[in-house]
Amino acid sequence: MNIASFAPLAVLFPIFGAALAFLLFRHARAQRAVSIAVLSLTLLLECFLLASVWEGGTAAVNIGGWLPPWGITMVVDQFSSLMLVVSSAVSLAVLIYATGQGMADGDQDAPVSIFHPTFLILVAGVSNAFLSGDLFNLYVGFEILLTASYVLMTLGGTGPRIRAGVTYVVVSVVSSVLFLISIAMVYGATGTVNMADLAIKLADLDEGTKTLLHVMLLVAFGIKAAVFPLSFWLPDSYPTAPAPVTAVFAGLLTKVGVYAMVRTETLLFPGDSLNTPLMVVALLTMVVGILGALAQSDIKRLLSFTLVSHIGYMVFGLAMSSVAGLGAAVFYVAHHITIQTSLFLVTGLIERRGGSSSVDRLAGLAKLSPLLALLFFVPAMNLAGIPPFSGFLGKVGLIQAGIELGTPLAYALVIGGVVTSLLTLLAVARVWNRAFWRKPSDAEHPDPVLLAVPEEPGTGSRAGRDSVTLLPRTMVGSTLGLVVLGVSLTVFAGPLFKVSDQAAQEMLDRSSYIQAVLGEDTVVPPLALKAGGGE
Amino acid sequence: MSVNLTLLIVMGALYACGIYLILERSLTRVLLGLMLLTNATNLLILTTGGYAGLAPFFNKDTGADEYADPLPQALILTSIVISFAVTAFMLGIIYRTWVLARQDEIQDDIEDLRVAETPRFDAEDDAPIPAETSEFPLTMLGSDGSGISDHADHAESGESVVAGAKKIPAADAAAEEQPGSRNVNPGPEGGVK
Repeated sequence: MNIASFAPLAVLFPIFGAALAFLLFRHARAQRAVSIAVLSLTLLLECFLLASVWEGGTAAVNIGGWLPPWGITMVVDQFSSLMLVVSSAVSLAVLIYATGQGMADGDQDAPVSIFHPTFLILVAGVSNAFLSGDLFNLYVGFEILLTASYVLMTLGGTGPRIRAGVTYVVVSVVSSVLFLISIAMVYGATGTVNMADLAIKLADLDEGTKTLLHVMLLVAFGIKAAVFPLSFWLPDSYPTAPAPVTAVFAGLLTKVGVYAMVRTETLLFPGDSLNTPLMVVALLTMVVGILGALAQSDIKRLLSFTLVSHIGYMVFGLAMSSVAGLGAAVFYVAHHITIQTSLFLVTGLIERRGGSSSVDRLAGLAKLSPLLALLFFVPAMNLAGIPPFSGFLGKVGLIQAGIELGTPLAYALVIGGVVTSLLTLLAVARVWNRAFWRKPSDAEHPDPVLLAVPEEPGTGSRAGRDSVTLLPRTMVGSTLGLVVLGVSLTVFAGPLFKVSDQAAQEMLDRSSYIQAVLGEDTVVPPLALKAGGGE
Repeated sequence: MSVNLTLLIVMGALYACGIYLILERSLTRVLLGLMLLTNATNLLILTTGGYAGLAPFFNKDTGADEYADPLPQALILTSIVISFAVTAFMLGIIYRTWVLARQDEIQDDIEDLRVAETPRFDAEDDAPIPAETSEFPLTMLGSDGSGISDHADHAESGESVVAGAKKIPAADAAAEEQPGSRNVNPGPEGGVK
């Protein structure tokens, strides 16, 4: 009995946890305990999954005993188990943060009885999407996490959240419909929705049909991943949600889209047929995203734009379809989930301490709260890619792979990547200079709380909310944990790069995935690996 | 694979109407558009199942090619349930919009409006010689300083200050020095009102 057979529990734990948490809606304390315990258990299980895949290779589970390609299959390979571990660790940190916020605020902003079950369902959807070995089950996973995210996005039902929620829901539904249309067409063309089976059968289609299906899937996933021409919904909708919700959205939702794009590019449509357009799109995503970030004065909006911009790096790594490029992209996804989430959590803390998230109104936070300054500074430098942080290592990996590839377009992307990195530094340095460094009296419209005479610690008051603890220990603790996780990605970059390179190798080779699902003696259609790719 | 032409025409009409409706500003119409789109997609999935055959219940005497393909029907059921949930949620949102704003329209993004309304001209930034206004406010601006103070309420009306090549009313210039002041609203052609 292999431990990988327990993979479906990574979806079932959060779902049953959500049901239990929903039953306990009158008992806030029990509800918190249940959801944190369930998520910790899931994380533990996923660590075991990663270890077992690391030792024993890709494994597949047939739900209900129906053999593939008829039944629903769940596949655990190195990429999916790595994504599972990182995403669960991040969502656990966010859940603890949200719990701290809820306890400190008396649950005014977030009706806790809804929040915990919905959050767990979101995690279940993410796990389902990562584990799915079946195109339609992937769609179901997307829908689970999207429906949960609609609720989280409009939590509390205030005017701005409803306005942002409408955009978000409509765009997401349209992208889901596109995905469903592509599934229907794929089924019409091949008669199967099992991804391993598709990998074999799609190769027999003629070029035109193949390109059509490929482009439709990429467009559907591109909307979810917020790739440039399809990214405008993101900065409009994310910033209005509560801080922990924005944090988990920024960390996970777009990465699920990237994950699906990676699977499409490597498993379903291998080869380099669409690599050139993908590279152009990646370049535009990086540059346009970061230029948008420079124009923002609100930290949450600024971070949403950097989120879009850095998706470009992942698409760049994916578009090279070499082991080095894909490995660096996998590493970058793991790094970016952690860093972007911790930055949004810190912004939540800044908003509590400084009363605003606009750099026009913030000032002098470095003196007011040195710990907060440290919590912002480390992930911000990490995001900008300052050595020795993991952001730097990921970018170096991508740039090396780009130079190895050596085409003019790859060089353009390398230059674009460096410029984007510098502009990210400029964007976060502006936040640092204005929110943390300058004197409160220099701010354009300083928040009253910043100009007030410093009070005794612990009794800080804020306009209109007297009994609020400004920086609850749970919130700071979970943010600190996530920042430390981000730094540890730097410390353990060597092993992590090894995992991601091996995952990339496996994905480009495809045979272990297909044989794990369809049986050892399946003949995998040969595939021309790009010469000089990695190693 | 034989295709039912009626289904295809209905599907095309549903897609066309759906796309037209989601481009409207009224939320109810957007919702109707989304419903048409999902239903059109359900028809598409049904079409991919091929010809209509017998119900897929196992019967010894029936050949394998006489059954209808059951998988598309299973997919459609799932997708109907999902679109049902999303429709219910959208109705909730529309009702909430109605409660909050008494209108059934998509509202403009505040931040986009702010960017759109930011004046292109800024008296300080666009002056040929940057006017230093922070340390020694108004005496640096090239006037003799008479009748000018840091406080807007002390400045007499009619006084003006030379900032670079432009003349700014002293009251406005002084108002900029107040903590928390908004930028002076310039006229369409610059600081001179």
